[in-house]
Amino acid sequence: MTRAAAEGTLTVEVRFFAVLRDLAGSERWELELPSGATVADLLARLGEEIPGLPGGLAVAVGLEYAGPGRVLETGDEVALIPPVSGG
Amino acid sequence: MDTHPPSQTPAVSVRISADPIDGEALVRRVAGPAEGAVILFLGTVRDHNLERAVIRLDYEAYEPMALRELETVCAEAGKRFGLSRVAAVHRIGSLEPGQTSLGVAVSSPHRDAAYRASRWIVEEVKRRLPVWKREAYADGTDRWLAGRPASATRGAAP
Repeated sequence: MTRAAAEGTLTVEVRFFAVLRDLAGSERWELELPSGATVADLLARLGEEIPGLPGGLAVAVGLEYAGPGRVLETGDEVALIPPVSGG
Repeated sequence: MDTHPPSQTPAVSVRISADPIDGEALVRRVAGPAEGAVILFLGTVRDHNLERAVIRLDYEAYEPMALRELETVCAEAGKRFGLSRVAAVHRIGSLEPGQTSLGVAVSSPHRDAAYRASRWIVEEVKRRLPVWKREAYADGTDRWLAGRPASATRGAAP
């Protein structure tokens, strides 16, 4: 459960998997962003916080793939999906 | 009354599971007297990759999303190819060479649709499911496989 966000901000839970979990050193982060922040803003922020974060990541919000323009809301579960290798 | 009217969404049964995949159970889920064709696909772990001896594969999934994507893919295939029923399981956890990582069974009144749908589902699973594998080698090392960028967009019909 995420905390209530401070005024003018929103708080999301970021999930990391596979190679990204190794890189982030954690399975999940709580991240505060300015209100109105998008998936692209989140990726830019994570790029600053995680050295070596690769490009070409897909993002899912609420268990569905989401484009860079998707606006985030407090409480969203945002998963970073590194290149997949299922099957 | 026909229990599987073609206008309705076909019956879809999907799972993400740490248990071994039973191909015959998948076939039983989709077979029926109105279906002239049943195709079972089993994806299995190879003991070699890029000329290295593989002793184990560890599969990880973003489980709730993988389940949802698998259901979406199978339902979409059902409509697109006019299938009667679809059953699919993706394995997670530790697998040894020869074990099944993916099982897909489809049934249809006609074999052409069943063959094409089976192939399409497997390709979409590989494109869309948030699943990753870590390969362990005979020399004691292991690594995450590079994979390909996940895509939510639909593949072209074969």
